[in-house]
Order: sequence, then C-alpha cells, then structure tokens
Amino acid sequence: MTEQQALYKYCLRLGDNALIQSYRLSEWCSNAPILEEDLALTNFALDMTGRAQALLSYAGKLDGNNKTDDDLAYKRGERDFYNLLITEQPNGGFAHTIARLLYTSTFEYFFYTELLHSADATLAAIAAKTIKEIKYHKAHATDWVLRLGDGTEESHYRMQQGIDSLWMFTGEMFETGEADALLRDKNIAVDLGAVKSKWQASIAAVLAEATLALPKDEYMQTGSLQGVHTEYLGHILTEMQYLQRAYPEAIW
Amino acid sequence: MELVEKVGTIQEEHLKSFEEKIERGDAIEPRDHMPESYRKHLMRQMSQHAHSEVIGMQPEGNWITRAPSLRAKQILLAKIQDEGGHGLYLYSAAETLGITRTEMIEQLHSGKAKYSNIFNYPALTWADIGAIGWLVDGAAIVNQVSLQRTSYGPYSRAMVRICKEESFHQRQGYEIMANMMKGTKDQQAMAQDAMNRWWWPSLMMFGPHDSESPHTGDAFKWKIKRASNDELRQKFIDKTVQQAEVIGLTIPDADLKWNEAKNCYDHGAINWEEFHRVIAGNGPCNKQRMAHHKKVHAEGAWVREAAEAYRLKKGQ
Repeated sequence: MTEQQALYKYCLRLGDNALIQSYRLSEWCSNAPILEEDLALTNFALDMTGRAQALLSYAGKLDGNNKTDDDLAYKRGERDFYNLLITEQPNGGFAHTIARLLYTSTFEYFFYTELLHSADATLAAIAAKTIKEIKYHKAHATDWVLRLGDGTEESHYRMQQGIDSLWMFTGEMFETGEADALLRDKNIAVDLGAVKSKWQASIAAVLAEATLALPKDEYMQTGSLQGVHTEYLGHILTEMQYLQRAYPEAIW
Repeated sequence: MELVEKVGTIQEEHLKSFEEKIERGDAIEPRDHMPESYRKHLMRQMSQHAHSEVIGMQPEGNWITRAPSLRAKQILLAKIQDEGGHGLYLYSAAETLGITRTEMIEQLHSGKAKYSNIFNYPALTWADIGAIGWLVDGAAIVNQVSLQRTSYGPYSRAMVRICKEESFHQRQGYEIMANMMKGTKDQQAMAQDAMNRWWWPSLMMFGPHDSESPHTGDAFKWKIKRASNDELRQKFIDKTVQQAEVIGLTIPDADLKWNEAKNCYDHGAINWEEFHRVIAGNGPCNKQRMAHHKKVHAEGAWVREAAEAYRLKKGQ
C-alpha cells in the first residue's frame, strides 16, 4: 500500500461515515417529536453531507481516475464502502438515534480535534471546518441524553435501551488497519488510542449525569474496515443510488 | 345600564381607532385593539399558512434519501429546513394572537384547521421536486409578496422574511427543471410529466375565481388580503409561461394564448370539481398526510413529556 492509497482509503472511511450517518439523520425529516428537532436532525444531516462531499472530493483526486464526489457516493458497491457499522444501523426510536449521535459525535469531536494537527493540509482544513459543526452535534446529543435519561421513567428506560443496544458497535471506532499505521508514521492520521481514552471518559461522565448505566464491554461487532457491513447498508445504497443507477447517462 | 352604555362607547372608540389605523395603512400590532373577527380571521389564515409549511415537508422529504447528487441533496435539505423554519416563525407569529402551537396542532388534527391543498398531491419523481420548487413555491411567492403589505404587523414581517427564502426555492426548482430539459430524453419526459401534473393544481392554489369569491369580505376592508385570487393567479401565469418556454417545457393548456388587448395570457378552464373534491378530503394524499402527522405527533409524546419533566426537575 502506498501513502496515496492509504490516504485514499482513510478519506473514504471518514467520508462514508459522514455520508451514511447523514442518510440516517435525513430520514427524520417530518418524523421528529417536535418541529425544532426535525430541523436540528436534518441540519446535522446537511452538515454531514457537506463533510462527505469535501472528503470524497479529496479522495477522488487521490484516486487518480478523475472520480468525482458523486462518482464515489453513487457508483460504488457495498463492499467498497468503509463507514462504521454504527452509522448504517436503522434509526430506531428517537432515543436510539440520540444514543448513536452521542457515541459518534463524541468520537468525532475528539477525532477531528486531533485531525486539526494533521500533516496533510487538506485534511487539517476539512477538520477546521467540520469541528465547529461537530461541537453542536455533541452538545445537542448530550443535552438530549440528559433530558431523556433523567426525564420520566419511560424516557429513562428508552434511553438506556438505546445506549445498550448500540454499545456493541462502538469498539469499531478505534480499530486501525494498514492505512492508519502507514499514515500515523507520517503524522497524517489520528492516534485512535488517545481518542479512545478521551471518548470513554466523556461517555462515562455523560451517562453518569444522565443517571444511566455504562454498558459492560462484551463482544464488539467488526468488519467495516474490510468493507464487510450489516445487511442494512445494501438497502441504503439501493435507495440512495437509485437515480444514478437507473439513468447512468443523465446529468442532474 | 350606564355601565353597558359606557362599555359600548369604549368599544366603538376602539373600533374607530382600529379602522382609522387600517385606513392610514398603519400596521396592527399584537397589543393593539382589534375586532374579534379580525383576530379570528388572522388566526385561521396564519395557522393554515404555518401548517402548510410543515405538511409541505412531507412530499419534499420523500426525496431527500434519493436525491441524485450530493449537491442536490444539500440544496433539498436546506430548502426543507427553510420551510420548517417558516412554519416555526408563523406559529410564533400566530401565537401573538392568543393561541398556542399545541392548540393549532389540535385544530389541524381535528380538521378544524386546514393546510394548502397542493400538498395533497404526491411527489412521484425527482422532477416533482423541481416542479414543487418552481411552480408551487412560485405560486406561493406571488401570494406572499402581496401579503408583505398585509395589515397585521407580525404576519407582514414574517412574509418579508419568508419571501427572501422562497425566491431562492423557486430558483432551485427551476434549476432542476432546466437541467433535466438539457438532459436525456428520459429526463425531459420526466420533467414534462411533472409539469403536466403540477400546473393545474398550482393554479388552484389561488382559490376560486373572484366571481365565486366576492371582494366584499372583511379581509379586503381590513387589508388582510391585498389582491384578488384572479389577479394573483394572472400574475403567476404571466411570469411562468415564459420561464417554461425558455427551457422547452409545454404548458398543459391548449387554450392558453397571449391576449394583446389585455396584455396578459388567457387560460383554459380550471377543473373546479377536482379542486372541491380535494379540499373535501378526497385528493391523492389527504389521508396519508394527516395520518402521518398524527402518528408522528403521538409517537413523540413521550419525548415532549420527558423534556418537560426534566425542565421542571432542574427548575429551568
């Protein structure tokens, strides 16, 4: 693997995380418990689509085949996507979605804070733009976890369910592959070990304040670094890529 | 008896002062005296307007996950957020009249409050997203521009702000249609099909002909309504026909022709039977739209309760 190939894969993973979670959040349009929340969740989806666009555009340039952001989003198959499994899981109820947003936005907050110092200028610039948005995502998710965890008996139960059921997908966030190792040597990639300890401390503190129990570490799901996903991703791509696949000659 | 007379005199003075303000073209503000029927009329109109923004998110939201490019997805997401924001803004403006958002939603669910009939039509293809932006928002803008001069201050100010965003929406819709007309045969057919389905319902958005909807109502006298249905419809037709021609779309009206003497287009007969049928609840999506709104509202009850419980607990 060359440095360029490693960087390509690194950008795809980050871009795909943004793209697929944006897809799930956008499904909340007209479905949220209050209008303000409808706007918040779809606004986060918009932020993430923008981040995906920046990362996939950069990946397209690295690939050397003149691929655009849209080529990479709309014309790749399921096994060539590298997003974390947690991003593709169905929304479930509101508490479930909020649990995911807490896990991912807390991860992204520490991750992109580190990426600000990347030796790759483009990644550092993308991090500088996206970190401002991620702070909002994290604050919003944290607020809701506190409200629901410490709200009513029912909301506490639902919030705990969300926290517990997604826990097995959090281990993957800190997995590293060949690309990470190569890019770490060049000070391009983030040290995920450092991110992990900050993430764990932050999540534990939020859950404690929300009167929720921290799940126990059991079996952690894995696979996305190799492009092996849950069954849900195929359905997302089927829907997302439908127009590009059905009308390959069309320009939209 | 004396007290009754005194109250009567005060009421007459209030009404006189209200009517003088209207006459001078001054805005009526929330704390100003206003006749009960003025308040009721505005409450009905503004809540209907707010509900329309919110229900309109359903047909457009139907295409977010299938938007054909990242750029198109971002634009659509931003546009729908604008519409939701307009809904919030209008709910707040309507609350200045002494009704809560919760009450307005209850009225929507009971059928007492309505929303724009246009959203009872389905968004079937990507071209429908273009047609909704271009034609539906285009028609709404014509109405809303005239409402910028409506007499109730909070409503008028809401319209000024909303019009700015709506003109962006119309351009966004037109851009989709223009791109599709420059595209493949399939895309052109898709665009024309959307045009054919959305043209007539868009004309119906302005309501019945003036002959069926007399000007004598208080809405004109009180300067809530500033232009008649037919005047607004005509403005919309005149600006839209040329836009369609530029990109090669055909207006689905065999009787449409330029009237030199009147300096505007004459159009064919509108199917008022369809208009009344859809308003009465028998359009393609009436039941779907309301069922969805009710279901989501009911499913979210536990979240709203939890937020309230937390607020009380924390003394916020």
